[in-house]
Amino acid sequence: MIKVENLVKAFGPNRAVDDISFGVERGEVLGFIGPNGAGKSTTMRVVTGFYPPTAGRVTVGGFDVAENPLSAKRLIGYLPENAPGYADMTVHGFLSFAAELRGLRGDARKKAVVRAVETCFLDSVLYQTIDTLSKGYKHRACLAQSIIHDPDILILDEPTDGLDPNQKHEVRGLIKRMGEHKAIVFSTHILEEVEAACTRVIIIDRGKIVANGTPEELKARSEVAGAVRLKACGVTAAELNEKLSVLAARTEILSQDGAHVVARAYPRERGVNGAFAGHIAELAQRERWKLDEIHVEEGRLDEVFRAITLPDTVKGSHS
Amino acid sequence: MNAWANIKAITKRELGGYFTSPVAYVFLVIFLLLAGFFTFTVGNFFERGEASLMSFFTWHPWLYLFLVPAAGMRLWSEERRLGTLELLLTMPITTWQAIVGKFLASWLFLIIALGLTFPVWFTVNYFGSPDNGVIVAGYVGSALLSGTYLAISCMTSAMTRNQVISFIVSVMICLFLILAGFTPVTDLLTRWASPLFVQTIAAFSVMTHFEGFQRGVIDLRDVVFFVSLIGFALFTTGVIIRGHRAG
Ligand SMILES: Nc1ncnc2c1ncn2[C@@H]1O[C@H](COP(=O)(O)OP(=O)(O)O)[C@@H](O)[C@H]1O
Ligand SMILES: [Mg+2]
Repeated sequence: MIKVENLVKAFGPNRAVDDISFGVERGEVLGFIGPNGAGKSTTMRVVTGFYPPTAGRVTVGGFDVAENPLSAKRLIGYLPENAPGYADMTVHGFLSFAAELRGLRGDARKKAVVRAVETCFLDSVLYQTIDTLSKGYKHRACLAQSIIHDPDILILDEPTDGLDPNQKHEVRGLIKRMGEHKAIVFSTHILEEVEAACTRVIIIDRGKIVANGTPEELKARSEVAGAVRLKACGVTAAELNEKLSVLAARTEILSQDGAHVVARAYPRERGVNGAFAGHIAELAQRERWKLDEIHVEEGRLDEVFRAITLPDTVKGSHS
Repeated sequence: MNAWANIKAITKRELGGYFTSPVAYVFLVIFLLLAGFFTFTVGNFFERGEASLMSFFTWHPWLYLFLVPAAGMRLWSEERRLGTLELLLTMPITTWQAIVGKFLASWLFLIIALGLTFPVWFTVNYFGSPDNGVIVAGYVGSALLSGTYLAISCMTSAMTRNQVISFIVSVMICLFLILAGFTPVTDLLTRWASPLFVQTIAAFSVMTHFEGFQRGVIDLRDVVFFVSLIGFALFTTGVIIRGHRAG
């Protein structure tokens, strides 16, 4: 539904978005992550038609955003960064206005407002002006505006920014539910959010895509992915290290206190599979260590994120 | 028509915004007080002994000089400051629909303010028998004048998110439009410049074109002058807004 081809957006000499390509289909939730200033918001602003692209092409539902902006914009619901709203309007007035600009009239408009209010839990503040709302409510008012016309495509720039943990959880759930029949792109810098709601992740850094895959694929790139973490009793760290060296490429002692040793063993061959853990379990049985805990690490997104977006890593080699 | 519905929605919202804020009422009170002050005190309304609103309309270019930029300065700078510009321009509307909608709302507000001066009109009709056609022409001219200043303020408010700068720049431009045809200034200019030059400059002045309306003459050329200034300023507003986004 969204197709971005070789998109470049420059502000003077500064290329905020530098040759980015990706696509999003219905039923997909694409998470955009990247450090501050990476170009996430700029990309979204081009996709929503707010900024014209410097080079490249964006099509939305088959309409070129530059050539046919109105048709493209009709398909999109957009939550801009920082959730702006007209300070002097009530939530109800604001949503009615949004519905009107979306071409909804009369009964259809009233219904749309009621539905958006319900979805975003805004009943209690319906007749409060936007400048008196707490940050969480202000965010949800703007989110309600973005879904007022039940769009096929949703672009959400940091939809959970400034929400409390419960609200974050609700919004994530909402995104996930809506993602089943819409195409959604949302940006965040909270990595667990990506794991909780996305079907696909793009990591963007300094205007370029440095990784693109499912959360699982990206996590598997983590150094710890496939390593086995164990907590053993009745063995010293040195002994554990020595015995594991037969199986593992390397063993890392994470902590030891009295009787317990917590260690992480890295397999000789990378990749997540159960065989390595099985071998360690057998070894433990033979050596009569008591294992309190053993599991295969999935890999951690934050680690991948840091590794790819660190200043000195080689760019592009991952994507 | 779709375009018209969008413009109407924006105008309605903007106008609603004026009347939910106390600033609008303060503005109206100041406007009416100043209009009265200029007319009755500076303009010697009663002493003139004429049944006309000449002393009322004469001051409008000066009255509007500060009040219209004050009413128009927030038009776009506020949208940019709040970030609602992004919301508005990613709606399925064109930039010019947004510009026209917002302009019309503010202009309506100024016309309402002007309409509230009706007691002055009652007064002259009570004391004498003025030519009401002349008065209507004066009101039309005054509305066009405020629309012109407003379009200029609209343009300057698109240039910056700082309302004070927007205000100052639009006052400067409006002041130029007055002085270019203000008799004391043109008299002074004729000492150094050729009459043709002075006339050309004066042709761009709102004073020159507002004059006819005060005398009760609605000249098509004067109307065209005001309308094209409004059109030009609004067009430039569009160029500025597009320019910001192009980066
Ligand atoms: N309107 C603008 N004018 C100039 N530079 C801009 C503008 N918008 C964004 N930038 C620059 O583009 C880069 C990317 O910004 P942004 O897309 O907001 O990043 P992110 O949303 O990933 O934090 C930044 O370096 C920022 O300074
Ligand atoms: Mg951003």
